[in-house]
Amino acid sequence: MITTYYQLAAEAAETEHNPIIPLWQEVVLGIIAFGILCFVLMKFVFPMMEKTFAARVDAIEGGIKRAEAAQAEANQLLEQYRAQLAEARTEAARIRDEARADAEGIRQDVLAKAREESDRIIAAGNEQLAAQRESIVRDLRSEVGTLAVDLASKIVGEALADEARSRGTVERFIDELGAAGSAGGRR
Amino acid sequence: MTGQSTVLAADVPFPPSVEDFYLPSIVPWGGHDSYWFTKITALLWISVALIIIFFLVTYRKPKLVPTKKQWIAESIYGFVRNNIAVDMLGKRGINFAPYLTTLFVFILLMNFWAIVPFAQISPNSHIAFPAVLAVISYVMFIYIGMKHHGGLKYFKHALIPPAPWFILPLLIPIEFFSTFIVRPFSLAVRLFANMFAGHMLLLVFTLGGFAMLNANVWFAPFSVVSWAMTIALTFLEFLVICLQAYVFTVLTASYVQGALADEH
Repeated sequence: MITTYYQLAAEAAETEHNPIIPLWQEVVLGIIAFGILCFVLMKFVFPMMEKTFAARVDAIEGGIKRAEAAQAEANQLLEQYRAQLAEARTEAARIRDEARADAEGIRQDVLAKAREESDRIIAAGNEQLAAQRESIVRDLRSEVGTLAVDLASKIVGEALADEARSRGTVERFIDELGAAGSAGGRR
Repeated sequence: MTGQSTVLAADVPFPPSVEDFYLPSIVPWGGHDSYWFTKITALLWISVALIIIFFLVTYRKPKLVPTKKQWIAESIYGFVRNNIAVDMLGKRGINFAPYLTTLFVFILLMNFWAIVPFAQISPNSHIAFPAVLAVISYVMFIYIGMKHHGGLKYFKHALIPPAPWFILPLLIPIEFFSTFIVRPFSLAVRLFANMFAGHMLLLVFTLGGFAMLNANVWFAPFSVVSWAMTIALTFLEFLVICLQAYVFTVLTASYVQGALADEH
């Protein structure tokens, strides 16, 4: 085998190779091999990489977008809360105002009622006073009559005593009284 | 020591020749006129398989928050996509990013075999592979140009620069020559020659070390220097590997850019 190797080597040495002339077998194999390589890499590998790159960009941009959306939502919520707060404040102010107005109204009512009551009481007092005065006046008037009659009778009686110191009259008077008294006592 | 070195050096032909790039085939074993299954084509298939497996494994279940492997795969694609395709072609570059990335990764790994122990030869040091890639780039930019400008108008656009009429007879042949003839060759030859020369350099310094040792034992220190140079050159080779992959990709993108350009 070694001898054939050397024989072949000797033969080959005679057939000069020109390095600038391509060997057609190698050209064919080169085309096939490189073709296979291109087919596999350009069909199965690099498009996948492009897809992955795109997905990565998408993920990052999507993340940013999501963050922006969350931010916007948060802002909106804040705005909403602020609006609600302002609304609540105005509501509270309104309620306070109303309460104040109510209190004022109630106060006015109470005052009015009190005034009315006092008026009523005063009126009742006045009336009572008037009635009492009336009755007093009536009483006085009747008393004045009796007093007048008494006075008159006293004055008249004095006069009578002064004028006619007659036992007869006085005694008659006493008798009358006594009689009236006994008669009354018996009955 | 002397015996050992002669044994070592007995197998070492010096100086290295073009024939060192045409290794005996693997199937049939040792064949010299069979090129279907050689170390070169084996490395080609291994490259393709490694790249496909790498990307399919790392990108089987892509997640929004990438795992470490997924991140590496995405970084490779993202590098070509953003730093070459989008930078040069704008938004339209995204459509070309998959092809440019495939091209970049393929050339990079094919070049990389030049410094991988036990492989230590790049398939791209055979002009067939750079030529295939260059022809694809060539056909692609012409096709894109014709599609963008509408058929033959592209050639009018590409060939006739806005210049005074009396210069045009000079300019049109130059434009034609540089755009439609030189481009595919320059692309292919640049990559091929870099890898070829890199391999040749490493061969020269490695084999040179043995050759000097073989010639005279007292040259041993020079052999050591020679091998140290090999290591240094391997780092240089790494730079060239990355640079050439990048350059090929950038130039392809730039040709597409030229085809898509509306102004000169």
